Amino acid sequence: MITRPPEARSPSLDQLLASKEIAITCGPGGVGKTTIAAAAAAMAACHHGGRVLVLTIDPARRLADALGLKGIGNTEHRIPAEMFTDAGVTPRGELWAAMLDTRASWDALIERHAPDRRTKEQILANPLYQNLAGRFVQSHDYIAAERLFEIHATGNYDLIVVDTPPNRHALDFLDAPKRMAEFFSSRLLRWLIVPYRSRLVNLASRPFYQVADRVLGTQFLADIAEFFILFQSMHEGFVERADSVVRLLADRRTTFIVVSTLESSPLEEAELFADELVRRRLNLGAIVLNRTLPEYLRDNRARVVAQALGERADQIAEGLPTDPAITAPLLREVAESFFNFSLVARREAEQRDELASSPDVVTSAPVFADDISNLAGLLTIGETIWG
Amino acid sequence: MTATLGEPTPPPPTDLLGRELLFVTGKGGVGKTTVTAALAQLASQQGRRVLACDIDASGGLGSMFEAGPTGFTPTPVAPGISVMSMDTEASLREYLKLHLRIPLAGRIGPLAKAFDFVATAAPGVREILTVGKLCWEVKEGHFDLVVVDAPASGHVVSQLGAPQAINDLVKVGQIRTQTDWMLEILSDPGRTGVVAVTTPEEMPVSETIELTERIAEQTSAALAAVVVNRVLPELFTTREEEVFERLRTPELCGSIGEVVGGDVAPVLEAARLAVNMRRARAVHLRHLQERLDPRIAVLLVPYIFTRVGGLRSTRQVATSLGDELGL
Repeated sequence: MITRPPEARSPSLDQLLASKEIAITCGPGGVGKTTIAAAAAAMAACHHGGRVLVLTIDPARRLADALGLKGIGNTEHRIPAEMFTDAGVTPRGELWAAMLDTRASWDALIERHAPDRRTKEQILANPLYQNLAGRFVQSHDYIAAERLFEIHATGNYDLIVVDTPPNRHALDFLDAPKRMAEFFSSRLLRWLIVPYRSRLVNLASRPFYQVADRVLGTQFLADIAEFFILFQSMHEGFVERADSVVRLLADRRTTFIVVSTLESSPLEEAELFADELVRRRLNLGAIVLNRTLPEYLRDNRARVVAQALGERADQIAEGLPTDPAITAPLLREVAESFFNFSLVARREAEQRDELASSPDVVTSAPVFADDISNLAGLLTIGETIWG
Repeated sequence: MTATLGEPTPPPPTDLLGRELLFVTGKGGVGKTTVTAALAQLASQQGRRVLACDIDASGGLGSMFEAGPTGFTPTPVAPGISVMSMDTEASLREYLKLHLRIPLAGRIGPLAKAFDFVATAAPGVREILTVGKLCWEVKEGHFDLVVVDAPASGHVVSQLGAPQAINDLVKVGQIRTQTDWMLEILSDPGRTGVVAVTTPEEMPVSETIELTERIAEQTSAALAAVVVNRVLPELFTTREEEVFERLRTPELCGSIGEVVGGDVAPVLEAARLAVNMRRARAVHLRHLQERLDPRIAVLLVPYIFTRVGGLRSTRQVATSLGDELGL
């Protein structure tokens, strides 16, 4: 494996975001995607200027507080300049934030595509639609991409940083628009609703309906059919829109930032995802390794010192003004802890080296003992990944 | 659920493994699969025949026992432990065969394709086929315990709530009659339990609290235990910390350095970081404990520094859980 020192990498996140209009943070769950998205957006607002929007899905409460997002819904709002002043910086541009409200976004989408008022109301009232919009897990993915498209099309922002929904598979996000388009173009879908369109067809004559009817019951089938028929009326608009969303994701002005920690299982998923981005000819711009342990844990001299500290704890404690009965076990504890974390740090470094052949920006944010709870904290993280 | 501290008189948590169906859930990345495997391991050590089910079909569960890929048919991976991967289409096929006696050749083709579309839009179709299969395994009694590596928090609520949701939507038809016995199994806290896995971090903890509320409100199943994974060790007490802070002063740092022949600052710094991380996490852990019903067992699994993944982790986590359960 050929490794390069991190400083040889080019370009930086700074340079990458200077040339992009859309940055999509993605990767496995629980690695701090939202924090990284917000930190990158805050840095861009500070240093690049213009109007920068961070579109988040489900931020932690403290992070939402850090962005002043409490109670903010689907509409974008500006982070007050005073929050930057409080953090001790004068931003060159504006930072905006919005939280994705799946239900409201779906309703807006129906509103846009429904051919008439009656269809719109029927869809909104259909029990299946209500489930689809409110609970259906995968709909998050499509709606996030759709909302991104909509906001980008307004031309209001220089840069939009999008946080993707937490998924079992990061790839769901990429597949969502295509799945949505396929769903609406499907011949099978039309075939499925034929008997409900034409009363001439004898339902009982078809084995499929016979089975479906026995299993699901007639009313449920009718609900499904109504839902599909109504959605059919929006077919063209939806397919066209989904295609546009796909094009936007592949646009040169769009970049993907894969976020991971250096733990083996998230990293494995992140690597698969990065490979998939390349395979699909999407722009993998950067890999951000979050919550990495500090370098000094891998320092060999420190290790020698820790070894001596543990082995000669009694002797050292005797020579100190502190209570030796407390100090000696304490020193052993400190040494033990160093070795524990040192091992994890070495494992992480090995994982990082394995990534090193990748041509993208690879940058790391250190582990912080505390959660990010204000803009200053966000900018501190931002500084570490920016340069 | 409100914050209750009160006088906790928890039932002995040892009956956790005495149940027949355990759904292990939690936010992505908290170690759900490891805990599922460890629970299966522990139960098998108690002499129970265990089926561990992978909902995700990622193959992760099999690898926790160093086994190869697993399919819809349970595969033995260790003495007393079998692993299967959920496949809703296979589940539908099995269901049709068992309950409707439908000859499948020639008809399952369009049905399978149509199924995909119905399942994409219709609520609970995939979920009911998943939960149905799991309940079926419990009902059949080939195994004493079915432990499920369930999907992440939000989705498991849909799954557990599926039989009820189907009951609400489907007014007639054969499925409706099936949901009754499923609900019977799911709503008996002595038979079915949810195990929420979390780490002592902000997001996983708040998601776990939300999950426990949603389970209570939207499903008939009961929370059986909360497993807090990757708990960092406590390095020292407040009294020891005073001493520790004195050691970090340049003067004492210098005298230690002379004895050990090197700069001791990074080593002390590492301990400081470890303590700070532990403290930050302790706040979240306390928050979790305050918000949970005190009767719910909270099982702590320490952070494993040495190795990650595979049977070795399964065994280590199983040992920790066993200690917590008093086994």
